[in-house]
Amino acid sequence: MLRVDGLAVYYQSLRGDVKAVDGATFEIADGEIMGLAGESGCGKSTLGKSLVRMDARMRYVGGSVELDGRTLPIWDDAKMNAFRFKEISIIPQYALSALNPTRKIGHMAEELLSSRDVHLDRVLPELRRRLDLVGLSESVLERFPIELSGGMKQRVVMVLSSLLDPSLLIADEVTSALDVSTQRAVSELLVEFRDRGFVKSMIVITHDLSFLYQIADTILVMYAGKLAEKAASDTIVDAPAHPYTRMLLSSLPEVGVRFAERRLTGIPGRPPSLLDPPGGCRFRARCPLAFDRCGEEPPFAEVAPVHSAACWKAAA
Amino acid sequence: MLEVDTCCKEYRVGAFGGRALLAVRDVSFGVQPGEVVSLIGESGSGKSTIGRMILRLARVTRGTITFDGVDIAQLQGRRLKQYYGDVQGVFQDPFSSYNPIFKADRVFTMLRSEYFSGLGASEWDAKLENALDAVSLDPGAVLGKYPHQLSGGQLQRLLVARALLLDIRLLVADEIISMLDASTRIDVLNLLGDLKSRGLGILFITHDLSLGHYISDTTMILRRGRVVERGPTQVVFGNPLHPYTRTLLASVPKLHARWGDGNGGARRDDGEDAADGGPLVEVEDGHFVASLPPEPGT
Repeated sequence: MLRVDGLAVYYQSLRGDVKAVDGATFEIADGEIMGLAGESGCGKSTLGKSLVRMDARMRYVGGSVELDGRTLPIWDDAKMNAFRFKEISIIPQYALSALNPTRKIGHMAEELLSSRDVHLDRVLPELRRRLDLVGLSESVLERFPIELSGGMKQRVVMVLSSLLDPSLLIADEVTSALDVSTQRAVSELLVEFRDRGFVKSMIVITHDLSFLYQIADTILVMYAGKLAEKAASDTIVDAPAHPYTRMLLSSLPEVGVRFAERRLTGIPGRPPSLLDPPGGCRFRARCPLAFDRCGEEPPFAEVAPVHSAACWKAAA
Repeated sequence: MLEVDTCCKEYRVGAFGGRALLAVRDVSFGVQPGEVVSLIGESGSGKSTIGRMILRLARVTRGTITFDGVDIAQLQGRRLKQYYGDVQGVFQDPFSSYNPIFKADRVFTMLRSEYFSGLGASEWDAKLENALDAVSLDPGAVLGKYPHQLSGGQLQRLLVARALLLDIRLLVADEIISMLDASTRIDVLNLLGDLKSRGLGILFITHDLSLGHYISDTTMILRRGRVVERGPTQVVFGNPLHPYTRTLLASVPKLHARWGDGNGGARRDDGEDAADGGPLVEVEDGHFVASLPPEPGT
């Protein structure tokens, strides 16, 4: 069970702080696959990364993160080592290039495990079993990354990141570099990992809502560093409460919709700069429903059971 | 207008170019004025190579590409320049299409010195304004700015405006949507639809089936350099006959319908050379499918 409360993470830049994650509060239950969606620059990857490892430019500003009742010291790079890989693990955005090209896969796995004082022999049977599950033969351990296709590499990274049965697995844009057919196979494996209990819960980060609808139990939508809406994926797709979610969904071309028959519309304008974001609701400038009260920041509050949204109009 | 006739592209690979890789195999199709043809394929299917051959950025190994009946491989000098007045391309990454040191509208001034040197300043300004208007850009918001000050959607539209300045007749749009954000990509797609109604022929190259379906009149599905299915978009999507097309369609994530809902299982493609079928056979009016060997491969 993950509980994030008021988490704020900024990027340091010469022109000031970029408020990439500005007060995120949400929970993920055991067994839940939560999709984290939003456009580029909305802070979704920053949120995911900050739970595992802050890079040099990221700065913890406030808030707390609790995993299975224990506070994660995300501001302390060294103390987090006790949790990384064992309790919380990530499949990074560029997983396809995450593999060291000069090491055989098996050698790499061995190094990775020994950094956590786990001997390869102890987990080898399980590693074999899982490779088999994702449709790879044990021989990949004797191969170099360059010998594998994109989908195979992605599956290797998936197996390695979840090998120690972490409580939380973060998958950052894991399928966006893959072809559609491979994308489906890989994402169905993510679900299977959860079903088999390799990981308790998962955060799947992507810009693609229709992809999340396929595999996620709940979807959290972010806009300009703030949480916009969280609900069960059916609710997000069929009855979204936040105007941003609604407009985003109606701008998606789907197989079945044609320009000649129904012209879709985008969202006019662009997201505000996170260097000096405007006060109040950050979607205000692009929102057709905006009214006086939007100058005041709407709380991320429950609008229905297990359905939260940050919008004054959604609460009504 | 454009006719591609049994085109092949062979690349030499390996340390001494000792092996041949057929990136495009016997591809034939045409693009008419006011028609959007989408080339849909996964990575390595040769879809971009076809676009590059049409733009003469890559040489055709076998077969011919003709524009208004003239073989484009023979074009040189003044006639080649004329060809680029009719056919232009816009590519995937708008950021790398610009030189970051110069202002973004340098793409227009370069075009002016090449093609419109005889034009007066006021005429040129009017023409430019017209083109920007066609791509729904506000001249004040984009002219005089550096590339980093503009969004990907704006940059991409500037490139389309640049192509329109030449009164082109065919636009090769190679993955022009995929780098854009969801909330703005539909605007660029709608722009293509509007240009089509003004008579522009568009070759829309994409890996995204839903984008191709939204905008195109004709769809071609490519696999490993070969066309496996071709026909009017609604027919190909409504009645896909090649197993590969079916797998692709079943794998596209949709809203309101989950994968499990009775549309086949996932395919694991590890690059094994499955049978793609032979030459195209017309199965119904305008709908071509690669003839399959007795046992379908995938």
